[in-house]
Amino acid sequence: MLINLVTYLLVGVILFLVGILGILLNRKNILIMLMSIELILLAVNYNLIVFSVYLNDLVGELLALFVLTVAAAESAIGLAILVAYYRVRGTISVKFINLLKN
Amino acid sequence: MIIAILLLPLISATIAGFGGRYLGVKGAQVLTTTLVFITALLSLQTFYSIGLSGTTTHIQLATWFDSELLYVSWGFLVDSLTVSMLVVVNSVSFLVHLYSIGYMGEDPHVPRFMSYLSLFTFFMLVLVTADNYVQLFVGWEGVGLSSYLLINFWYSRIQANKAAMKAMIVNRIGDFALSLGIFVLFYTFKSIDFATVFALAPYLADVTFNFLGFEINQLSLITFLFFLGAVGKSAQIGLHTWLPDAMEGPTPVSALIHAATMVTAGVFLIIRSSPVFEYTPYVLFIVTVAGAITAFFAATTGLVQNDLKRVIAYSTCSQLGYMVFACGISSYSVSMFHLSNHAFFKALLFLSAGAVIHAMNDEQDMRRMGGLITIIPFTYAMMFIGSLSLMGFPFLTGFYSKDVILELAFSKYSLQGSFAHWLGTISASFTAFYSFRLLYLTFITNPNGPKSVISTAHEPGFVMILPLILLVLGSIFIGFISKDMFIGLGTSFWGNAIYIHPLHLSILDSEFIAYYIKLTPVIFSLLGAAVALTLYHFFNSTLLDLKLHNELGYKVYSFLSKKWYFDKVYNDFVVQKALDFGYNVGFKTIDRGFVEYIGPYGIVNTVQPLTKHINSMQSGFVYHYGFVIFLGLILFTSAITFSFVLPAFDPKLLVLLGLSLLVFA
Repeated sequence: MLINLVTYLLVGVILFLVGILGILLNRKNILIMLMSIELILLAVNYNLIVFSVYLNDLVGELLALFVLTVAAAESAIGLAILVAYYRVRGTISVKFINLLKN
Repeated sequence: MIIAILLLPLISATIAGFGGRYLGVKGAQVLTTTLVFITALLSLQTFYSIGLSGTTTHIQLATWFDSELLYVSWGFLVDSLTVSMLVVVNSVSFLVHLYSIGYMGEDPHVPRFMSYLSLFTFFMLVLVTADNYVQLFVGWEGVGLSSYLLINFWYSRIQANKAAMKAMIVNRIGDFALSLGIFVLFYTFKSIDFATVFALAPYLADVTFNFLGFEINQLSLITFLFFLGAVGKSAQIGLHTWLPDAMEGPTPVSALIHAATMVTAGVFLIIRSSPVFEYTPYVLFIVTVAGAITAFFAATTGLVQNDLKRVIAYSTCSQLGYMVFACGISSYSVSMFHLSNHAFFKALLFLSAGAVIHAMNDEQDMRRMGGLITIIPFTYAMMFIGSLSLMGFPFLTGFYSKDVILELAFSKYSLQGSFAHWLGTISASFTAFYSFRLLYLTFITNPNGPKSVISTAHEPGFVMILPLILLVLGSIFIGFISKDMFIGLGTSFWGNAIYIHPLHLSILDSEFIAYYIKLTPVIFSLLGAAVALTLYHFFNSTLLDLKLHNELGYKVYSFLSKKWYFDKVYNDFVVQKALDFGYNVGFKTIDRGFVEYIGPYGIVNTVQPLTKHINSMQSGFVYHYGFVIFLGLILFTSAITFSFVLPAFDPKLLVLLGLSLLVFA
């Protein structure tokens, strides 16, 4: 099956950029930041799948499946950290997550 | 033998200098004097085997530099010129070592003093035995260093510090000229060996190079720069100011370094380079005129000095002028003859002056002396003979060389020859005048010193008397004995050590000049002596009146006693300006200004705001770090991409890219 690679990859790139911009421009909600990270991961996964279809290689799709499971686990950990963080600080607003300073 | 002569003083200096604490005063005195005595004996033997037997010796000891064309070796060229210097240097050095045992016996730093004296002897020997100009320069700088150390021997005296620094700094000008001369020499001859240079000099006499549109004769430039070096070291007019000040050092030092040996290094350089000087007539003209003016200038200044040692110092300066203009009229052998004669009678004068100063409890002002003839008659006799020899009294040592110099100058029948002859003749009468003024004020006139000093004045001990006796014998007989050997017609003593261009030879003409011309110097000298005695004995009040109340007399007196205002001009127009420049520009503008502004303060002023900026960049917000990471990622990926296409790029574009990165970053 011959597909237009650039068009498909463009979707991936746009997804990736939306994720990046979601992290960079969002200054309020940490949940949205977590979702953006998921989006970046999805963009990468999407790329894997596009190439696996393009190259007629199933290994890529398998790998995407593995990544999805790992990503689910990872976002579960992130959410758990958030819950723990909320218990400590009483807020999850990004504005106040600057403990690194001084 | 040569190596032994060179190394013994070095060993002596090293042991006395570093081991003086263990040797003690007596040990250092005995050790250094013995070693230098052996050196003196060896150099006498060398004088026989090399000078008298005519076997020039050339030893190549080791390589020093070997770089492409530049080949400098440690080598020793020992010909008749060198052995004459060896005898003079080592015998005077030995006598001064011996004399110092008595003179410096009370000093707390005897080992250091003896060590410096030996060190000086070593460097002087390096200078005279060198077989190339670079090695000669080593000795040249070494004697300058020793001179500095010895003038500054009593380092707690501010005057000694100042005099030593002055000697070093003024000499530096001459040394700089000499080193430039050696550079031009290497540029011209591609060699700095005496043998090569002297052999090639006639062939390169007309080689010129272009400098700012002027065609400059290279040989003339070389010899002119060498002459400037000699001006510094031999205290010729212009750079003479350090020599009288150097009298701040101990008297044996004045005798050894600032009268007999070191100051003749410049003359030695000119004599040694005679094969080059002979092809540069213009420079010879300058040498003659400068030497004659020096002889005259120093003699006139010596007339009115009140410091015992300063009078003799100016006398030294004047006699060096004679030697230099003798070189200028191509009479190198006569110059060398006068050099060796002068070493004996001037060392005698200085050492006797030391005896006087010793007797007068370290008083140097002649106005506070007087009447010593009955108290220390032996010293008076020594000084009297020395002065007679200096003023060229017939048949004493000084007579033989000084008269010949003046006759030769006259028999050149040239402008500079006559100039030098008449200035020299007048200077001879001045020489006699100040010598007898010195004798009169110190010994003959009524005692003017304090009673306590006069009553304890005494003759020096045996170790100080012995050198005086040996030197007085030299001052009487050396000239007569060595005349035929040094300057006799057709003497074979010099061999190839001195070259005189056949056209410049005038020793024959000097035999046929009018009789009254030959007699003039002697008559002038005797007249000068008589006038000095008459004036100071019978017309003392008139002299004082002339000095204080007559306007012209006062002006002339100030002009002479202020040394022709040389020091004043130098201080006002050179030294003060240099110090001002050093303070305002060097210190205030550059050191405390630029360097501190860019250096310590600049770094502080730049780094502190910079750290604040960097500090404020660390906001602690996740999205800021995320942005930086993203930026880094993009830069990294684009750099990788760029590296693939890099070979296709023009390097100029790369520079442009770097610049734009700098600008926009």
